[in-house]
Amino acid sequence: MCLQESLSNVSLYLMCLYLHFTHRYYVSSKTINKLIQVHDRIFCCIAGSLADAQAVTKAAKFQISFHSIQMESPPLVKAAASVLKELCYNNKEELQAGFITAGWDRKKGPQVYTVALGGMLLSQPFTIGGSGSTYIYGYADAKYKPDMSREECLQFATNALALAMGRDNVSGGVAHLVVITEEGVEHVVIPGDKLPKFHDE
Amino acid sequence: MDPSGLKLNFWENGPKPGQFYSFPGSSLTPGCGPIKHTLNPMVTGTSVLGVKFTGGVIIAADMLGSYGSLARFRNISRLMKVNDSTILGASGDYADYQYMKQIIEQMVIDEELLGDGHSYSPKAIHSWLTRVMYNRRSKMNPLWNTVVIGGFYNDERWLEFSNLAVCLGLFSVQLFFVSMQPLMREVVENKVEITKDEARALIERCLKVLYYRDARSYNRHEIAIVTKEGVEIVGPMSCETNWEIAHMVSGFE
Repeated sequence: MCLQESLSNVSLYLMCLYLHFTHRYYVSSKTINKLIQVHDRIFCCIAGSLADAQAVTKAAKFQISFHSIQMESPPLVKAAASVLKELCYNNKEELQAGFITAGWDRKKGPQVYTVALGGMLLSQPFTIGGSGSTYIYGYADAKYKPDMSREECLQFATNALALAMGRDNVSGGVAHLVVITEEGVEHVVIPGDKLPKFHDE
Repeated sequence: MDPSGLKLNFWENGPKPGQFYSFPGSSLTPGCGPIKHTLNPMVTGTSVLGVKFTGGVIIAADMLGSYGSLARFRNISRLMKVNDSTILGASGDYADYQYMKQIIEQMVIDEELLGDGHSYSPKAIHSWLTRVMYNRRSKMNPLWNTVVIGGFYNDERWLEFSNLAVCLGLFSVQLFFVSMQPLMREVVENKVEITKDEARALIERCLKVLYYRDARSYNRHEIAIVTKEGVEIVGPMSCETNWEIAHMVSGFE
């Protein structure tokens, strides 16, 4: 989707869901703080007008942590995504922000949810968003396969990001990836010069 | 009043001759302040088809959510089972459909909790939904959907549709809905009743033609059938498409 960014740089993020037999992995990538941790094992990527997105995630983060305290257990990823969806849908005229919510919970393991611009909520095996995502729909469709391992997953995400950043003028810089598992959260940072190189003439 | 004596405004702070008067508080003047209650559908679904047959009703829809011309979500369900006697299919904005689905499901649960053996009839659901959509439209905040409701209740079939009731003529939904009419009329109009198999074949043929001709469709669809026995939602399925004609196309001169 081509969305107007309120910041001049970066507008790509990618979230992939990967399942493997014993390990449950989540990889989300971001560039420059587009990735917000809304709970211990739930991250949220933002796209669109950054001001809108940050305002929404701030409200959502509060609601999710309150919900988690009330329930006395970590929130479900679907619950976190629904909070964002409610905020987006009920304010759809004023807002211009889309989200990808991804994480791990005890009930269903790793999940990815996307909240599109109008406020619809959908669960998907993997999803892409942001202005740079339009250039990699083909790549993602071709290269994604279910049940990838952690390394394959990271490679898929990194490649996709590199390709998108290569073609999108308003994306670039550093690629951040976050791997979310039951055990914890791990950040992987890949600076621009270390990204995989593709044909670029 | 300008020096030459011509009245430049109809009244103080009013419109110039030939201009529209901008009522205070309205947002119809473009580019003037934040846009409120002027909604655009974001992720949309295309046509929904429905047909009555002896003993029930079939509704069908493809499984695509389009983001403009991008076929963004290719596995979404646009049909829902309301209760054992009613099915509903929606086109238009998918977020509004999800909202409607949530409300209707809650309504059905609340009704089951009453435990008095009564359930909503398709006519009741349709009537209620039409009122809701009209109310939203009148507040200039429409639910951007065209909804088809079908059912079988008290041995009677019901098939009706309900619109966002704001006449815009922008939807490819409506455009293609109309283009299906000759196909459907050919089968339905000459007979009093058609059988379930004929209805199913007609629907699948229409879905295939829609896939060929509607630019916002996809070759994956679901079919919902409601009869005395209840509701059955079949899918996802694809149509067999025939591209043999491609070999015969040889240029434009």
